[in-house]
Amino acid sequence: MSGGILSPLDRAIVRATQEGLPLVERPYHAVAEAVGTTPEEVMARMERLLAAGVIRRIGLVPNHYALGYGFNGMTVWDVADEDIAEAGLLVGNLDFVSHCYHRPRHLPHWPYSLFAMIHAKEKAAADALVASIAQLLGPLSRGHLVLFSSRILKKTGLRL
Amino acid sequence: MDEIDRRIINALQGGFPIAERPFALAAGRLGLDEAELLARITALKQAGVISRFGPMWHAEKMGGGLTLSAMQVPADRFDEVAAVVNSFPEVAHNYAREHALNMWFVVATERPERIKQVLAEIESRTGLPVHDMPKIEEFFVGLRFEA
Repeated sequence: MSGGILSPLDRAIVRATQEGLPLVERPYHAVAEAVGTTPEEVMARMERLLAAGVIRRIGLVPNHYALGYGFNGMTVWDVADEDIAEAGLLVGNLDFVSHCYHRPRHLPHWPYSLFAMIHAKEKAAADALVASIAQLLGPLSRGHLVLFSSRILKKTGLRL
Repeated sequence: MDEIDRRIINALQGGFPIAERPFALAAGRLGLDEAELLARITALKQAGVISRFGPMWHAEKMGGGLTLSAMQVPADRFDEVAAVVNSFPEVAHNYAREHALNMWFVVATERPERIKQVLAEIESRTGLPVHDMPKIEEFFVGLRFEA
């Protein structure tokens, strides 16, 4: 699995499952039928892909808006390059942060290099989460912004 | 959505088994039976409470390309530009955000070199610069939402 090279059969399994698993009693059997192999082969390959991290996890993805999480903020932090590793670990370990990445700045208008997504049901709760990240980072952060999403323009699964 | 739906949502955001009858195994852990779990997941998906059920694939580990890009779109061109951006099958997510950079989208491609082409095509078709912000390092992905 190193180098991320998938076999043609692995790729067929990705295509057959990127919209999701069939909601039937034997979903892996249905996938096997779709890709023309045995259920044992599909299950063994998916076990390997899961162990290798090519499959992050298997389960459901809730629509966070439907669960009442109306305040989804992309918080962005201006952290010096030499402090990014420390800051990223601190923020990435917070249990309310769903994604945390180091991304390139676009100077002069965009000095922010550390991105962390937060989700809350109320604006005040979102603000409190941002404040707690700011407190945690302290002087590691030289400035920050929160960009709330005002509209979903498109949302689909991964497409090959 | 009742208490059982909430338990399903909270318990099944990962760890779904790979087995001949995975819904039966997952149902057993929740004190439900297979048919009820399948029916509830199907209904939650139809109602839009669940947006997806299945494996979450890791684009880069599959050898693909993935990036986050942002554009500053004039208000009077917003819908037109959104339509252009969304017309690319490689654009997986696109969000309007409250900032001068007001359109943020994720591009996922089967081959990494295709990312640059998609962004260049978006620039040429909209006449607007695209700010590419590919991840340099990932510190965490994978919050579980409490229903």
